[in-house]
Amino acid sequence: MPESLDLSLFTRPAGDGTLGMELAVEGIACGACIGRIESAVKRLPGVTEARLNFTNRRLHVHWTDGAIAPAQILQTLEEAGYHGYPFAPLRAEQEEAAEARRLIRALAVAGFAAMNIMLLSVSVWAGNASDITPETRDFFHWASALIALPAAAYAGRPFFTSAWKALRAGALNMDVPISLGAILALGMSVVETANHARAAYFDSAIMLLFFLLVGRALDHTMRRKTRAVAGNLAALKAETAHRFDGDEVVSVPAAAVRPGDRLLVKPGERVPADGGVLTGTSELDESLITGETARRKVTAGATIYAGSMNYSGALTMRVTAGDRGTLLDEIERLLEQAASAKSRAMRLADRAARFYAPVVHVTAAATMLGWWLAGASLHDAIVTAIAVLIITCPCALALAIPAVQVVTSGALFRAGVILNAGDAIERLGEADTVIFDKTGTLTLPEPRVVDAGEIAPELMQMAARLALSSRHPLALALTREATSHIPYDGAVEEPGQGVRATIDGTEARLGSAEFCGIPAENVAHWVSVSTGTNGESFICLSYGARAAGIAISQRLRPDAAEVVKALRQHGLDLHILSGDRAGAVRPVAEALGIMQWQGGLKPADKIASVEALKRQGRRVLMVGDGLNDAPALAAAQVSLSPIAAADVTQAQADAVFLGERLKPVLDALVIARRARALMKENLWLAAIYNMIAVPIAILGWITPLIAALAMSGSSMMVTLNALRGGKSA
Amino acid sequence: MNVLVYLIPMALGLGLAGLFAFLWALRSGQYSDMEGAALRVLSDDDIEQTPPQ
Repeated sequence: MPESLDLSLFTRPAGDGTLGMELAVEGIACGACIGRIESAVKRLPGVTEARLNFTNRRLHVHWTDGAIAPAQILQTLEEAGYHGYPFAPLRAEQEEAAEARRLIRALAVAGFAAMNIMLLSVSVWAGNASDITPETRDFFHWASALIALPAAAYAGRPFFTSAWKALRAGALNMDVPISLGAILALGMSVVETANHARAAYFDSAIMLLFFLLVGRALDHTMRRKTRAVAGNLAALKAETAHRFDGDEVVSVPAAAVRPGDRLLVKPGERVPADGGVLTGTSELDESLITGETARRKVTAGATIYAGSMNYSGALTMRVTAGDRGTLLDEIERLLEQAASAKSRAMRLADRAARFYAPVVHVTAAATMLGWWLAGASLHDAIVTAIAVLIITCPCALALAIPAVQVVTSGALFRAGVILNAGDAIERLGEADTVIFDKTGTLTLPEPRVVDAGEIAPELMQMAARLALSSRHPLALALTREATSHIPYDGAVEEPGQGVRATIDGTEARLGSAEFCGIPAENVAHWVSVSTGTNGESFICLSYGARAAGIAISQRLRPDAAEVVKALRQHGLDLHILSGDRAGAVRPVAEALGIMQWQGGLKPADKIASVEALKRQGRRVLMVGDGLNDAPALAAAQVSLSPIAAADVTQAQADAVFLGERLKPVLDALVIARRARALMKENLWLAAIYNMIAVPIAILGWITPLIAALAMSGSSMMVTLNALRGGKSA
Repeated sequence: MNVLVYLIPMALGLGLAGLFAFLWALRSGQYSDMEGAALRVLSDDDIEQTPPQ
């Protein structure tokens, strides 16, 4: 390693003189990797603990402070054939882990209580039908109360706190009728038990909590799993920066860069932070920022943005924070506006709750009043009213949507789509208009070779092998065509010019036209015959008397045309809004047959277009990756971004899709539409259940046995129905 | 029916024992890596290598 790597940002002191670090590990293929990785790391001196979590592909290492440099752990992994990426666990992830443990504990307590109370309840039901003595029944009821009351106080907390919060905010959510039902059922049962009654509802209350906790725990587990994958991907993407400490250059994670730092940006690397150029000249590819594919020349004094690709020369830069360029300021301002103006679509569940809770409570009150006016005793009227509350307790209703969400997010995950927002599925299922960004969304994030077939194969392979010795971004595109990954011996890179090597006694050169000694008119001819769409760069190759020009350009994602066609068949209205110049957008739009396209748009123009469509009543899905897309993503009803997107943009997106293909966008829409249909079906199933059960309850025919059967029956029904959403698209 | 006086507390006690066993397992991190646990059992790394007789 020529320059030292400083990873102190990621190490955590454990208190006993050891340091700990978390690494996301890439390349784990099978179970044997666990032993290989752990034993390799444990062999390092001073390492006290190395444990690999196979589920989330993370390695936890502890070592005595000072015994080894953290970079040695990365190197050890590298030698064992894996890549390790250190990362600091996000606070949100830790909080979710704690929340998940609370839910599982509550679920365990509720499960224990439900089983034991059922044991007692079944005995009472059987006894009531035969010859149980009132003393024994009272004993069983008191035993049930002894189990149920503490269990409900513990296991019901997630619902009680959420209901309390909603009530204090003057709102109603699904947890309000749940909490009310459970508390009243328990309270009434205690009173009834004290009065030596034949029936008590301890089992119903606890079973209700148990079923609901199952739904919630599942929902939470699935979300944590996708969050962990997203966290790993973020760690994999994290870039390193070269920081000047005095005159020495140290590699640090980009996250450790602070305003005022002086950084070196080498050719072929992304600019790690926003700032100003101090020395050097280069060309930057800012397509991730603005969508523009033409490169920008920068010299000392220019403002540069994190995420730009440095093409030709090394730059030194000063990181700035307060004085951010006009573009970033504008995007931040637009993001704030878009976020505050975002008419948050109301979630199906909340809409159902707002309608459901008052109806239930009014029905229960009316039942009590009705029986009392009809001459029943006050006690009987209250018992019947509470039975109505218990039977309508929205067990099925509260499971109807989470169950579908769990199954759907699993299906989306398999399709390569990772959800950021919990309610994205519903909004995705409603979308009828899709807006695509061009650069990096419809096209691949990195440039690729066009017309590879036009060039003599042996020359192509020679160019690709020469490119292995270069760090230039265009050379990187060439190396993707290489069949052999062994660089030529003695290949030399002339910075900013190209690579030369002697192959079989003849010199081969790869690089600019001057460097290869190719006359300009030859290049002009290649440009005129190239079939590429726009903005090609030519990389030249000379080998003795032979010469070739290889066009490298933004290329459409391999399945873009099919996906666009399929989207149209699903009745979606498609648009392209690009920050790139119109001349570069037209060929892409024509190739895909998307008639509604606009180029040269500023971030504000993109928002305006999204808002205009929304005003027409459209439900807009925005798919984009650039920093310039972030405000439009926030403004649209629902948004997707590819994994290669700028960080700010990805944070705005409701979901992120993986891979080179565009198909996940289609899959996500298909799966989400199916999920939305299932959610509605489930809500109807729950409604039908209530239509049957509520009249029975109002008439006062409900017994604890019927309540238990109805509750578990309806919960099973919606859960089984939700499982139908698990098929892949 | 006097038998119930000690049978029911016994049943409850057994149930509680199971509950606490689960909570202990949860706390000690045995559910944090379900896939890894299934594969670790197949590894022979913890067996002392003895030369064949």
